[in-house]
Amino acid sequence: MKNPATGRMRSRRRILKAAAASAALTSIGFPAIVRGQSALNVGVLLPVSGTQAFIGQSCKRGADIASEVLGALGYKVPLKLMHADTETNVDVARSRAEKLINDGAHVLVGPFDSGAAAAIAQVAEQKGVPFVINIAAAPQITEQGYKYVFRNFPTAPELVRNGLALIGDLFRATNTVPRTAVFMHVNDTFGQAMRKGIGFLLPKLDFLPFKVVDTISYDPAARDLSVEVAKAKATNADFMLLVSRLNDAILLRREIVKQRWNMMGIVSPGSPGMYEEQYYKTLGPLSNYPISNVPWYNPKAELTAIVDKAFTKRFPKDRLMFHALNVGYTFESILIAADAFRRAKSTDANALTQAIRETDIKSRMMLGGPIKFSAKGQVDGNLSACVQNLNQRPTVVLPAASAEARPVFPWPHYKS
Amino acid sequence: MPLDFYLNATLSGALTGLVYGLMALGLSVIFGVVRVVNFAHGEMMTAAMYVAILLASAFGLDPLVAMFPVGALLFVAGYLLQRTLINPFIVRPEHTQFMLMVAVAIILVNAQLLIFGPNARNVQVEYALDSYALGDIIIDKVRVYAALAALAVAGALFAFFRFTLTGKAIRACADNHLGAQVVGLNVKQLYAITFGIGSACVGAAGCMLLLLVDVTPVQGPGYTLLAFIIVIVGGMGSLTGALVSGLLIGVTEALGGLLILPSAKSMATFAILILVLLFRPEGLLGRRA
Repeated sequence: MKNPATGRMRSRRRILKAAAASAALTSIGFPAIVRGQSALNVGVLLPVSGTQAFIGQSCKRGADIASEVLGALGYKVPLKLMHADTETNVDVARSRAEKLINDGAHVLVGPFDSGAAAAIAQVAEQKGVPFVINIAAAPQITEQGYKYVFRNFPTAPELVRNGLALIGDLFRATNTVPRTAVFMHVNDTFGQAMRKGIGFLLPKLDFLPFKVVDTISYDPAARDLSVEVAKAKATNADFMLLVSRLNDAILLRREIVKQRWNMMGIVSPGSPGMYEEQYYKTLGPLSNYPISNVPWYNPKAELTAIVDKAFTKRFPKDRLMFHALNVGYTFESILIAADAFRRAKSTDANALTQAIRETDIKSRMMLGGPIKFSAKGQVDGNLSACVQNLNQRPTVVLPAASAEARPVFPWPHYKS
Repeated sequence: MPLDFYLNATLSGALTGLVYGLMALGLSVIFGVVRVVNFAHGEMMTAAMYVAILLASAFGLDPLVAMFPVGALLFVAGYLLQRTLINPFIVRPEHTQFMLMVAVAIILVNAQLLIFGPNARNVQVEYALDSYALGDIIIDKVRVYAALAALAVAGALFAFFRFTLTGKAIRACADNHLGAQVVGLNVKQLYAITFGIGSACVGAAGCMLLLLVDVTPVQGPGYTLLAFIIVIVGGMGSLTGALVSGLLIGVTEALGGLLILPSAKSMATFAILILVLLFRPEGLLGRRA
């Protein structure tokens, strides 16, 4: 056989020798080089469609800007993001996680939902792939003794504890003493976890002057909440304690106006919905005054400024404040993965998992202490802020040290 | 709980129920005459809701005005669907009709997902947050408008079947298919017109429902199920039965949510269905076979 490039004859023996040599190189020398230069495949699972689509898409922006922010922070680690849509469906989340792992994901990140997170955690454990949860509060996820599951987000009891403490601060700051509250919550995994947390903690917090006169659960995918609001109105409660998602939070606000229910206000002890961009867009001026006591970003943090710059560059028509929690926690989860990869110097699952377990990131965007995982894989010490919708934007009103405005409670009559 | 809350819930449920009734009326008309169960009924309604949204965004049309062009469009679509696709299946076994209509439903859901995406959409009208107050009773304005429109459309439909020649011919087809053929009625044409009328009904109902709820493509099967429950409770093929049953289901949902548990309000609806199937299988206003 003649080599067309050199014109030399290629014998079968010479070809076999070359093949053997290349096989030897592949098995000894090349993998080290490939491993050293290969990218970290990050499987990002988010509900970018379905009832939580707006929040999922908001979270995705945190992943979209991750590479640029990591570059600005000096992380010279090649990242390859593999996006998957959970479709706001637990079963889909499970199958997408399996597919991402089969497609070569070294670490999973996501999925903004406790039900989906619990399902993905099982897959991650079974396959031995590290999973960093961005947003999901059901406490049981990190109570199963999982080895590969990590969460940088408060558990429902933490959320409730922080949220209820801020409610006490809110009443003190506004000199109000509401005596009764009606508790409305979504009946999904997150909502049930929050209900348990509130049921457990509220009776112990004697500094709060109110009692819950009724608890009303509802389907987060409900088309109509008129009955639920009528039932809540019938309690004649001073204010509403709300654990919501996005679409239902919008439906509720509309229905409260339609039913001409004048109460002191809506306060969320730690749930999404009322500070999301879509809430402001859909409701306009009616979006003003609800309060969400949620984990929030530190506006004065150095990292926040870098994230804000990258966000504005990537999404010039948008503002970080409308995506603060979603972008912040999603970015931080990718930061955790990248930081572990830099230290582990390998995409090996066990090495990455060990490196994640040893994470200690002090400079962060979200309010709270350093990102450091407990033995259960949980970051403790994430803090909440009291965020009120003022002038159709989320505004930090408490704690006073980082407040941008004074809280308005009770809210003015909707007609004014 | 004060009495006015029950009155409020009953009234609100009744108003919504009238729109449900109109939606189910379309299904009942089609089954009563053509004897084909339209398993794509809810999906056709969500398609109509999306058309109404497009008309609202392009021309600023209120859904209550948009129900006329949307109804006309759905009439044409239903007419063509019957003439081209369903007609060959009329004489075939029921399970093949079932498969055909389920296929149409799946295609409609996925086409809507492809075109409009999965997110909830709605139309904002100026009176969306307005309500009437009668003492302590507060009535949602959009529900009143939607219910009145549903009543008007149902009235027009009853008048059509009672006073027009085409309507009488359709009733003749429903009563005696062979007899209608013997006296020279164009049965195929009448079937297509009936399917068109049923589709126009659901199109109009979709426009009214758009004032009350947001729309997503995946809602279609839920509405198909609801329409079925209403038609079975009211009596298969009974127009009055569909309307009365719609009212009953609407009120039951509202009061069930208030008295039992809001998140379990559909349970009361299914309880009524089971009771009707046990004690009056032909439906509340249906005729015994």
